[in-house]
Amino acid sequence: MHPAFSVIFLTTLIGVGQGLFLALFTVESYSAFGLLPPQPSRFYALGSAVALGFLVAGLVASFFHLGHPERAWRSAAKWRTSWLSREVIVLPAFMGTVCLYGAAHFSGFNPVLATLPSGAPVNVTAMLGVAGTVLAFALFVCTGMIYACLRFLQEWHTPLTVINYILLGGASGFVLACALAAVAAQEVSGFLGVWAMILTALAFIGRVASLLRNARLRPKSGLRTAIGIKHPHIAQKAQGAMGGSFNTREFFHGRSAAFLKRVKWVFLLLVFALPLGLLAGGFASAAFFIQYLGLIAERWFFFAQANHPQNLYYQAVS
Amino acid sequence: MTQLALVIDLNVCVGCHACVTSCKEWNTSGQAGPLSDFNPYGANPTGTFFNRVQTFEVGEFPNTETVHFPKSCLHCEEPPCVPVCPTGASYKRAEDGIVLVDYDKCIGCKYCSWACPYGAREIDEQQKVMKKCTLCVDRIYDASLPEIDRKPACVKACPTSARLFGDVHDPESEVSKAIRESGGYQLMPEWGTQPANHYLPRRKTQLRIHEDELVRADNPLKVDGKLPKPAKAEPSLDDVTSW
Ligand code: SF4
Ligand code: SF4
Repeated sequence: MHPAFSVIFLTTLIGVGQGLFLALFTVESYSAFGLLPPQPSRFYALGSAVALGFLVAGLVASFFHLGHPERAWRSAAKWRTSWLSREVIVLPAFMGTVCLYGAAHFSGFNPVLATLPSGAPVNVTAMLGVAGTVLAFALFVCTGMIYACLRFLQEWHTPLTVINYILLGGASGFVLACALAAVAAQEVSGFLGVWAMILTALAFIGRVASLLRNARLRPKSGLRTAIGIKHPHIAQKAQGAMGGSFNTREFFHGRSAAFLKRVKWVFLLLVFALPLGLLAGGFASAAFFIQYLGLIAERWFFFAQANHPQNLYYQAVS
Repeated sequence: MTQLALVIDLNVCVGCHACVTSCKEWNTSGQAGPLSDFNPYGANPTGTFFNRVQTFEVGEFPNTETVHFPKSCLHCEEPPCVPVCPTGASYKRAEDGIVLVDYDKCIGCKYCSWACPYGAREIDEQQKVMKKCTLCVDRIYDASLPEIDRKPACVKACPTSARLFGDVHDPESEVSKAIRESGGYQLMPEWGTQPANHYLPRRKTQLRIHEDELVRADNPLKVDGKLPKPAKAEPSLDDVTSW
């Protein structure tokens, strides 16, 4: 497929926002149960604002993908069948929840609604946090399923696609949370750093698993089923257009196999190896910056690697 | 239930692209707006088409065969492009099975084109909406046209009658008979999309010639010479003996 930068930015930016929110609420939950010292509201408010910033940036990027952005509201219509439609609904819902969560922390409006048998208080931010967590995971699932549900894009049609969206988004969000904690909540930066490293390591396993899976994929379709002629030697001589078409622009990445291979190594280095080292050394901001750059390469590769069966019809110009 | 479709005879198609130009002409002139072209007279012309004729070479030299292969939306019975559309702009009509795009609803997200394994959908770079074959829906029901013209433009244009049009769910229709009798098949059956359009395979056309058909066994003179002149009223044996 041709990697579109609008979609690359959309998926990576909202992934950071979701992961960051999950990190914030993880800290809050741990503190509620007394496992971490309580943190100032400032940290949660700042974190929510940053998370919201990433989500908004992702949303803005997505509009560049549309031919008719002014009609985007229509895309909420078919949530019963379309994962894209579901994403369009869940994303603003999640953004709203993050906004409320940050506002509750910022304004200090946080009455206790109930008390758990263990004595832990259930307050407004806890409820918003649970709702946000559910929505964050729902959003990851929607984003991943947009790709995973296309059954003939075999590189994507696997649960690993969804798992990797969760793990990569989660890892980048926790790395950013760790960097934020370094300025706003030093006490938890170690805790977040460890989680960031665990998630980055898990994401590495997930991504390598999908790379290994895709390396041994056998395409289900070939020219023989594409044109229905059962002969071992079929060669295309003309594709019906000399100057290219939508089909030659949208479904080919236009780069060499060697370039693809290089991108793969670059993202393995930038998303996993370097951030792990930097996190271990305590350089969370640098780790986030490098990892985000790597995620752009990772997403580029994710699209470029997918080989659409329609390409069988577009092998030769004439 | 009706399922309109095309049946394309690969044994007959000569690759003349008449269907491509006729399709473009009809559909670029319609109410829905032009099928835009870019750079039409430049070095790299490109544009939106509903139908393309591709050419494949089958076999190894010198035993090769050229197959011309027209490709347009197959109006799948289980169209994977429809459920993924977030706006409902892509839909399949219940009454005749035609898969259509509502250009006023489409947001140009291109997701449906990713979901079509055949590459049948093309975005119009000018109108920024997704386009594809409509089976000339604005023509086949047009009561102001004579009955014989209520067919897709490509079908009307094909000089070799390689394109048949009809209801594949009606077992007695011309298309159903052609599929049944000439081994019609679907493209990429492995994805379960059940394309409504079918293709008829190449067939071997053989003529058996016996020795005695080459030599005139019935020549009474056994030598080449003037044959006896038959009477005018007599039936002639072949062109040679006729007047
Ligand atoms: S050929 Fe492609 S565009 Fe047409 S109905 Fe089938 S999947 Fe949809
Ligand atoms: S490009 Fe248009 S028709 Fe296709 S999925 Fe998007 S909104 Fe639907």
